[in-house]
Amino acid sequence: MPENDSHARGWRGLGWGFIVKLLLMAVVNALGITIVLAAVRTESWLILGASIVLLLAADIIYFSKRTLPLKYLYPGLVFLLVFQIFTLGYTGYVAFTNYGTGHAGTMQQAVDATIIQGERRVEGSVDYPLAIVEGFGGELGFAINDEGTVRVGTALEPLSVVDDATLGSNGAPTEVAGYTVVPRATLLTDQELQQAVVSLRVAVSDDPNDGSIRTREGSTGVIYTSTLEWDAEAETMTDKTTGTVYSPDDRGNFVADDGSRLPTGWYVTVGFDNFIRAVTDADLALPLLQVTIWTFAFAILTVLTSFGLGLLFAMIYNDERVRGRRIWRTLFILPYAFPAFMSALLWRGMFNSEFGVVNDLFFFGADINWLGDPWLARGAILFVNLWLSYPYWFLVCTGALQAMPSETLEAATIDGAGRWRQFRSIILPLLLVSTAPLAIASFAFNFNNFTIIYMLTGGGPNFSDSATGLGSTDVLISAIYQISGVAGGAADYGLASALSIIVFIVIGVISALAFRQTRKLEEVQ
Amino acid sequence: MTTYNRTQARRRRWWAEVGWKYPLAVVIVIFAIFPLLYVLSASLKPGGSLAGSSALFQAVDPSNYVALGNTSFWTWTLNTLIVGGVTAIGAVLMGAAAAYAFSRFRFTGRRLSLTSLLIIQMFPQTVAFVAVFLLLLALGEVVPMLGINSKIALICVYLGGALGANTFLMYGFFNSIPVEIDESAKIDGATHAQIFWRLIMPLVTPVLAVVGLLAFVSAFGDFILARIVLTSEDNWTLAVGMYQWVSNQLASRWGLFAAGTVIASLPVLALFLALQRYIVGGLTQGSVKG
Repeated sequence: MPENDSHARGWRGLGWGFIVKLLLMAVVNALGITIVLAAVRTESWLILGASIVLLLAADIIYFSKRTLPLKYLYPGLVFLLVFQIFTLGYTGYVAFTNYGTGHAGTMQQAVDATIIQGERRVEGSVDYPLAIVEGFGGELGFAINDEGTVRVGTALEPLSVVDDATLGSNGAPTEVAGYTVVPRATLLTDQELQQAVVSLRVAVSDDPNDGSIRTREGSTGVIYTSTLEWDAEAETMTDKTTGTVYSPDDRGNFVADDGSRLPTGWYVTVGFDNFIRAVTDADLALPLLQVTIWTFAFAILTVLTSFGLGLLFAMIYNDERVRGRRIWRTLFILPYAFPAFMSALLWRGMFNSEFGVVNDLFFFGADINWLGDPWLARGAILFVNLWLSYPYWFLVCTGALQAMPSETLEAATIDGAGRWRQFRSIILPLLLVSTAPLAIASFAFNFNNFTIIYMLTGGGPNFSDSATGLGSTDVLISAIYQISGVAGGAADYGLASALSIIVFIVIGVISALAFRQTRKLEEVQ
Repeated sequence: MTTYNRTQARRRRWWAEVGWKYPLAVVIVIFAIFPLLYVLSASLKPGGSLAGSSALFQAVDPSNYVALGNTSFWTWTLNTLIVGGVTAIGAVLMGAAAAYAFSRFRFTGRRLSLTSLLIIQMFPQTVAFVAVFLLLLALGEVVPMLGINSKIALICVYLGGALGANTFLMYGFFNSIPVEIDESAKIDGATHAQIFWRLIMPLVTPVLAVVGLLAFVSAFGDFILARIVLTSEDNWTLAVGMYQWVSNQLASRWGLFAAGTVIASLPVLALFLALQRYIVGGLTQGSVKG
């Protein structure tokens, strides 16, 4: 093509780039619409709204010519918005609620759950001939013969009349339109199916007060109705056997006049309750205070010891007269290249009091319970973290020392400054300029160093005088993990999130200080 | 006599200034690599229990390595590679695209976005794990693929932190590439996409490698999020699975753990040593592990 040709001649259709973009957008739209439809089906309005907005934004951004920077920012931005900014914000919201075990859903969910929990078999009620059916999606249901009318329903769909059904000789439906009837022989041989059938509950109607159909053996259905009755108008729950009336309070519970409470509540905002509980609750405040002190001590001591050791080694071996420095250096930093979680697990075994290599080789077979004693465990954690992180500081300090102006040091030597004087007045201040931000980042990292604590001691040994399950080596983040109950046990998302907020504030303050400090140090130069 | 004295004095001075550094270096090396030697020895010891593992290198026996085949170890390794690999690729692509936009386009809200990103990345996702857990519970109701116990969900969570962590590292690097290159390509009729993919990306490969490696290593080492998200054993990553081995039956699974550790850490060690120079450079720019 001659060089003075116009661009128009070089135009070769829409090009591969456009086709690729079109295909990608088709995939994105297909996925997006699937999510939108699923959100409609499950009635998750927040997710529905968010997915519509995100999808529309994607289409506008990638088919408009005026949104160039956003074309590059958008993919990362979506993940950032959903999985980081939203979760940060949501933590802030949950911190002000009593979300957790016993307060896990909305009020309507609590009402439904309470009524279901109170369901009992109605004395002297009729037995309905019943068949187990399976829907197209594989969901189990019951078909009952209600004096000639066949009604069918599943766990999610209440009973409804089916016109097109055949009855067998024992009165139970044998064919139901839209469902497959599970043969009785299958039921008798399939253990899992039996479990599912016995726990299945099919609502009689949309009103939870009408009760449900259940079965014990898979051939007759019985009506269960709740001993509790929900009055939607008055918002009260009445126990029909005792006549007790429970009404909702502002803490998300159904409470009777005599103070008794139904087990299932819903979550409500509780203001600063979680924060206040963290500092005043007799069972919680002292362990949390100890955990907080240890968190600071752990983070500060880790940075100081590993920085100190790394700097010491760096000064000793930043010496051109030492031969094979590259090999020494590579060997020195091996702990840093070893995956941290494996190191922590490895040391856990090495510190084992009975069989551990530390006792066997270095303490002559003594039976020191390294991880079972509060102070020894703390020492062990600091030691392991020192082992893990001194190579980092060794590398950083070596780099900083090599970048140091040699003239300044020479001038100091000529002026008669001794080694200590040189170190204190020249090397350390210069070093701190470049390493202080890293020290602060390292502090923030160790402040939240869940892995080493959890892998090495699991936070233990536990405080003997507390039922919280917290221990002497727990740091705030592992305490949050313990309290949140995400790994099992009673959950208290509200309190856990409140503690997360406190951690965020600490980190925020430290980062802000760090910024100012670095600027100040730079100005000195 | 004088020469002898002088040599002796020189030697003494050498010992005082340099020589003592060699024995000290040996001590440091022992401190640094003793646990690594110990785990290698434990992995080669038949029987595979913690008891008696202190006698170093008394037997060399591959039985622990063979026994790994009867456990979920290789499934976990594969899961870790999938999660870490996809996270690394995603983080590199999204980080590079964002850095390109910030470095090459001047748009309203650019400074504000950069500052907000700087602030957001200070707050680690792991501290918000309760909210992550609740978010995935809700998402899972709608799209099971994005719910609890899905590797895709875990990858998405990791990618949520990608923009904050990597954009700045890359932004600096992108800025060091002269804009004249873009401009001359633009005059030749290249589109912004062509400039990004064909010109800039090849020039920034070193930083792409560093970011990819860091993203992989952090996904490899993450425990808290992986533990919360992945609930069934065949979805676990190595961190979750090996924790389970050591926490439940420390004494009896020790040989398996040691063999698994050796296998899993060797590639990381090799990669680290090969890329030592890049990583040391990256360290001083703010990505911290220790």
